[in-house]
Amino acid sequence: MPHAVEFQGVTKRYGAVTALDAISLQIERGTLVTLLGPSGCGKTTVLRLIAGLEQPNQGRILIGGEDVTLRAASERNISMVFQSYALFPHMTVLENVCYGLRAGGVKKPRAIEMATDKLAQVGLAGYEGRLPSELSGGQQQRVAVARAIVLEPEVLLFDEPLSNLDAKLRRRVREEIRDLQQSLSLTALYVTHDQQEALAISDRILVMNMARIAQDGTPRRLYEQPASHFVADFIGDANIVPVEIVRLDGATAEVRLGPFLLTLPHHGAEPGPAELAIRPQALILAAGPADGKSLSGRIARAAYLGSHMEYWVSVAGEIDLFVVSPDVVSPLPPGAEVAMTLAPAGVAVIRRQ
Amino acid sequence: MVAWGALALVPWYALGGMPRGVPAWPAAMQALVGERPWLIPVLLALLPATWAVIGPARPRLLVWSAVAGIAWIAVEGFGILHHGWGFEALATLTGSPGPTQPGLGWGAMIHVLALTMLIAHGLARQGVCRGDVFVVGALLLVVGLIVLFVIYPALCILSSALRDNDGGFAPTLFAAKLFGRPIWGLDCLFGPQACGTAWNTVAVASIVGVATTLIGLAFALLALRTRMPMKPLVAFLSVLPIITPPFVIGLALILLFGRSGAVTIWVADLLHLPRTRWIYGITGITLAQVLAFTPISFLVMIGVLQGVAPSLEEAAQTLRAGRWRTFRTITWPLIRPGLANAFLIAFIESMADFANPLMIGGNFTVLATDIFFAVVGTTHDQGRAAVLALVLLTFTLTAFQAQRAWVGRRSYATMGGKGAAGRAAALPGGLHVLSYVAVVPYLLLTIAVYGTIMVGGFVVSIGRDNTPTLRHLMTAFSVEHGVGGWFLSGSAWNSLITTFEIALIAMPFTAAIGIVTAWLLDRQRFAGQKSFEFLAMMSFAIPGTVVGVSYILAFNVPPLALTGTGAIIAIAFAFRNMPVGIRAGLANLSQIDRSLDEASLTLGARSFRTLRLVILPMLRPAVTTALVYSFVRAVTAVSAVIFLVTGEYQLATVYIVGRADVGDYGVAIVYSAVLIVLMLLILLVIQLAVGVKRPGARPASGAGAVTPMAIVQG
Ligand SMILES: Nc1ncnc2c1ncn2[C@@H]1O[C@H](COP(=O)(O)OP(=O)(O)OP(=O)(O)O)[C@@H](O)[C@H]1O
Ligand SMILES: [Mg+2]
Repeated sequence: MPHAVEFQGVTKRYGAVTALDAISLQIERGTLVTLLGPSGCGKTTVLRLIAGLEQPNQGRILIGGEDVTLRAASERNISMVFQSYALFPHMTVLENVCYGLRAGGVKKPRAIEMATDKLAQVGLAGYEGRLPSELSGGQQQRVAVARAIVLEPEVLLFDEPLSNLDAKLRRRVREEIRDLQQSLSLTALYVTHDQQEALAISDRILVMNMARIAQDGTPRRLYEQPASHFVADFIGDANIVPVEIVRLDGATAEVRLGPFLLTLPHHGAEPGPAELAIRPQALILAAGPADGKSLSGRIARAAYLGSHMEYWVSVAGEIDLFVVSPDVVSPLPPGAEVAMTLAPAGVAVIRRQ
Repeated sequence: MVAWGALALVPWYALGGMPRGVPAWPAAMQALVGERPWLIPVLLALLPATWAVIGPARPRLLVWSAVAGIAWIAVEGFGILHHGWGFEALATLTGSPGPTQPGLGWGAMIHVLALTMLIAHGLARQGVCRGDVFVVGALLLVVGLIVLFVIYPALCILSSALRDNDGGFAPTLFAAKLFGRPIWGLDCLFGPQACGTAWNTVAVASIVGVATTLIGLAFALLALRTRMPMKPLVAFLSVLPIITPPFVIGLALILLFGRSGAVTIWVADLLHLPRTRWIYGITGITLAQVLAFTPISFLVMIGVLQGVAPSLEEAAQTLRAGRWRTFRTITWPLIRPGLANAFLIAFIESMADFANPLMIGGNFTVLATDIFFAVVGTTHDQGRAAVLALVLLTFTLTAFQAQRAWVGRRSYATMGGKGAAGRAAALPGGLHVLSYVAVVPYLLLTIAVYGTIMVGGFVVSIGRDNTPTLRHLMTAFSVEHGVGGWFLSGSAWNSLITTFEIALIAMPFTAAIGIVTAWLLDRQRFAGQKSFEFLAMMSFAIPGTVVGVSYILAFNVPPLALTGTGAIIAIAFAFRNMPVGIRAGLANLSQIDRSLDEASLTLGARSFRTLRLVILPMLRPAVTTALVYSFVRAVTAVSAVIFLVTGEYQLATVYIVGRADVGDYGVAIVYSAVLIVLMLLILLVIQLAVGVKRPGARPASGAGAVTPMAIVQG
């Protein structure tokens, strides 16, 4: 079966700016894939290229196995949910949802039927006659989604669809989108720069950085086996510290970090200097001086966040480690001396770049 | 594919069924019968095109054959005129006067149109403009029309300037004319003789530019930085230049300050001074133009001054700068580019102004009037008119280029537009007084001018005999009851009705071409966009007189013989007022978020459907503006059409100028007043209609009504 979307060495330049640098990617049918990355890394550009709103300088774009590189936006089997929703302000909710169907030649009664159906599905039955300006932000967002999915496109594109909503609503709507995508087995490409959102709903995440794909994999894989310093830092927080790989043994490596000698999966790293990504909750703190199996540090700053404590711990007066501790009952005061041990689950070796 | 078939059929119908030229025979038959064999290539060019359509997709072939078809029509059109060969070389070559043919007709027009659409299809197939046939077609059409009705006439001026009056090529004569004393002479610096017209024109334009800019700035400062009631002032000053036919101010000045003007008589009686003709000449022209163009400068300066974020001035004041210092170091540098812009606009307007110098210029000639007299005067020297037009065109286009460069690069307006909160700095005291000194005389004169026009038509002879009378009104606008029922017996009805008819016909075309151009400029990206924009806006900078001359030169003879018809007047209106539609469209489009178009495209609607269902409904304010302003401007225009009117197609403004010329001021004033009131009424009605049900009033679209500001300068 052909991929829903495929990029073959796609490059896009805006004047002197290279927005995408020879990107190749595939998206399988029926999956929700997230594009994640810092501002300006080219996420929106990927979507606009798929939609046909821009044309690449090099490379080919395939949708459903068909080369659509030169085809106009209106001739592509996609639809898009815009960050601003882009609801037509002079049309009612129903007219907005019917618009794409009518443009595609669906007869009016049939179009109205389908649109009403989809509006009910997103929980907006009874709102058909309203104008977009008479809806709340969350309702507008759902109209935009209904308008896009009613066309049953090969790919559904979302460009930061939740960024105009407040934090509570975001969480609810993102679950709704995920449910809808799974129940209709849609293929969706979803842009966000909220890593929580990406981890929560994706089948697969493409992390982008500086016009390239930095890593591609399931949420779990990205979190547990970041391929680079950048990815480790971007997905969940991580303390990146220099380490020494002493020797390899099958799939594992023996890694030296200060007093510790750890045995971890090596992910293709070679013996010699490397980096270690340590998740904040993988560092376990105990008050008092360190013994031979732990690392000594001093609390530099402490913050109480209700559900957990955040600490900055300085080691040997130079490296600052970020630590999250679930113990809020007996917090450690700033200046206290602590002994740190490592929980191996939250530690990953990163190959030297 | 269905669309392909339909489009391919059109040219056949056009050729087969439409009359072309005077003998009402279709071109196909004429060609085949052998009477006009030069039409055969037109048919031949269509063959490969048709094959390219029906057979395997061959976009390149399609484009080239259609281009060849159009090119051949152009070649044979210019090659064979109604009196024989169009080029002497051809005559010598064949040794005979050659065949004849009349001007092109409807058939040819539709044929060329269809060929253009074929080219569009061919280009779109090759991926031009993201493969969008509608965009390519619209683009080709607009460019074609601009080339035909703006560029080609302008080139005709050049070609005419290079020939003597018998049509021979005469570069030395051209040089003599171009650099001659009548244009460039500097005699006035050394003696009593007059200077060259070019210097006259530049002098007047510079004075007017500086004066209007300063008065406009003074107005804007008072309006924005003091408690002067601003809204009525803005409304008042923004409608004035639109509804006032250009000669009205000159006319009123004559009635006030002329040798037998009201003020002149009053002052003469009071002080026992001799009455003089001081107003005629550079003084009068300058005065009239300053009065006429200050509102435009004011509107520009209001925009510029509003663009200076108050927070900047507040910041300066918290940094211990006093009011003067704030103005001098912050406000002034920020508005300087705006001042240059206002100056250049007034400069161009002044150069292009024809009616005021005609009315009040006396013996002082400027280029615009000189051109007119070269054409209609006793000398009847078209070559000279062409040379003068060339000089004038060079001036205005240079100024236009400079203005665009300034506005493009140096405008700081809208910088920090978000910081609109905060109070603007108060005006320094000295500046405050200075502004009043500039503004008050202007306002008094303006009131006097419009008062004269409104009242002057209802007295026997203003100044000399102020007995109220309806005589002039009756002469112009009487309605009588005769044998055939009511009929319009006044002398002005004919021209008024013709004017309205032609303006109404031109109105939808002006708006349509303007809005489509704006859409192409704002929403599409294609190679050569900058030059396209320049072409489209250029007609703003072509003085009306130049347009008039160029139309005479270009369309007097086949292949496009249009002079003497109403059509050429409508065309002149459409292309002169096109920038109005473009500006209105651009201003409105910039308020409509681009993601709306994109959403429509991704939902499977093509660009035409998107334009029709999504963009146009939200562009209603711009469309209304473009329609109304193009109508009003057409009704009040003089300079271009004065060359194009005929007995059959007499226009209101030209009629008034004619009446004033023979000293029949009563009728001229009454008619002017009627025009002004009518235009004002139309604007008011539209404003009410649009204001009540403003289509873009919903917050999501944010498309507000288009202000006159947007029209004056984008
Ligand atoms: N129309 C354009 N003209 C010029 N440069 C552009 C244009 N659109 C995008 N760019 C540039 O291309 C790069 C990628 O832009 P893109 O919009 O894809 O970023 P993004 O990842 O979506 O960022 P964000 O998260 O801020 O939305 C940026 O450097 C941007 O400045
Ligand atoms: Mg983006």
